[in-house]
Amino acid sequence: MSKNTVSDRFRKVDVDEYDENKFVDEEEGGENQLGPDEAEVDSLIRQGNLMGALQAVLKNPPINTKNQNVKDRAEGLVLKVLSSFKSTDIEKGVQSLDKNGVDLLMKYIYKGFERPSENSSAVLLQWHEKALSAGGVGCIVRVLTARKTV
Amino acid sequence: MSYHSFLLEPISCHAWNKDRTQIALCPNNHEVHIYKKDGSNWNKIHVLKEHNGQVTGIDWAPESNRIVTCGTDRNAYVWTLKGDAWKPTLVILRINRAARCVKWSPKENKFAVGSGSRLISVCYFEQDNDWWVCKHIKKPIRSTILCLDWHPNNVLLAAGSCDFKCRIFSAYIKEVEEKPAPTAWGSKMPFGEVMFESTGTAGWVHGVCFSDSGNRVAWASHDSTVAVAEGGKTAVCASLTSETLPLLCVTFITENSLVAAGHDCYPVLFVYDSNKAALSFGGKLDIPKQSAQKGMSARERFQNLDKKATTDSKEAVLESVHKNSISQLSILNGGKAQCAKFCTTGMDGGMTIWDVKTLESAMKDLKIV
Repeated sequence: MSKNTVSDRFRKVDVDEYDENKFVDEEEGGENQLGPDEAEVDSLIRQGNLMGALQAVLKNPPINTKNQNVKDRAEGLVLKVLSSFKSTDIEKGVQSLDKNGVDLLMKYIYKGFERPSENSSAVLLQWHEKALSAGGVGCIVRVLTARKTV
Repeated sequence: MSYHSFLLEPISCHAWNKDRTQIALCPNNHEVHIYKKDGSNWNKIHVLKEHNGQVTGIDWAPESNRIVTCGTDRNAYVWTLKGDAWKPTLVILRINRAARCVKWSPKENKFAVGSGSRLISVCYFEQDNDWWVCKHIKKPIRSTILCLDWHPNNVLLAAGSCDFKCRIFSAYIKEVEEKPAPTAWGSKMPFGEVMFESTGTAGWVHGVCFSDSGNRVAWASHDSTVAVAEGGKTAVCASLTSETLPLLCVTFITENSLVAAGHDCYPVLFVYDSNKAALSFGGKLDIPKQSAQKGMSARERFQNLDKKATTDSKEAVLESVHKNSISQLSILNGGKAQCAKFCTTGMDGGMTIWDVKTLESAMKDLKIV
């Protein structure tokens, strides 16, 4: 047998990386995006001002940043706020958001589905139902087609 | 509005002749069928067989009565009617992927083909060689071109692409035309120049359309948004995120109103306000048939609960006229300035002709400005 059939390392080469016509997304500066302000959100939750906490946690979404920690922290914070809502208040919470807010909320909801913890999916499903009736199917399509997401 | 079911297969693409008595369509295979209207029936009068792959685009030039078709076999053919038969002429597009869409220019001396090779082929007829020749627009396109529309000045071409952008190129061919006058999109227009590139919307651009004056361009993209940009004010694009499934085709029916249709199987109206640079939803343009049965018997309710775990009486049947996605919209009468009738064809093999006046009177809040 000839020598070059011994090693199969070539099978692990990602040929797409060497394609000069490979599509690369445009870089948009996202280094300064820090995600929602943790201290502010925590204090609003403690005060019981859940509507305010919702608005605050949806500010500064870490969409463009490549730092995974920032994204994880933001997602954890959002989950905390969403879980602290009473079931009956969820609808009011969704109504208080504008169109972009509902889209962003839906992005966080699907991100939360990706990594389920004990009770998170149940809470997220309730939020999903209300967000769907506010944003429609188009909202979910936008989560699916977004190149840069939370 | 009248619905006619041509086939069981999807209609890939269609085009009308000048007096709207004949329609050329592709029944999702390698052929083009031409049907002629005879009273209330449609009779198949011609079958155009030349392509080796699915025909993805058809356009019928009204004045010169020529049909151009393009397909996944990487070719385009220009068909001329000789006597009683359509004779094809091959056009070498020099592409190595499928052709996706084709459009005659307003003066019918050139046509543009969008393809998966990430370029647009602008083809014109060279008298000396008696042959169709093409020029390529390549930069800065980075993915398949899905849709094209010409500006009324015969030079500018809007293209929607899978790289999430809608662009306006200059397709000025000095061999066949004079230098164009300045427009709202710019004054220097050498071949291949990018006059406008969209930002802001994500998602493949499925449909693009110039308004009648050419000063506005609208596009529908896969993230369920519709956007309008105005020449001269290109920094501001009005876009509207919709609550429906993505729209596949869009057209202006007046200078301020757009009709779009897509995966939701019914056309919708959008209104553009130039002063506020805002786009708003005008209404759903489908008149649902009044359902005969209202209210369910207890037995039906129990059956529903048993089968579908819900007592919801909404049937799984679509109430719209088209039973599957609408893939193409074309204007029949009135042009893009004052459209009176438009036509939709879809994946359900059917074609519907919509009358704007009837729709306006049927829907109370509908205003077509």
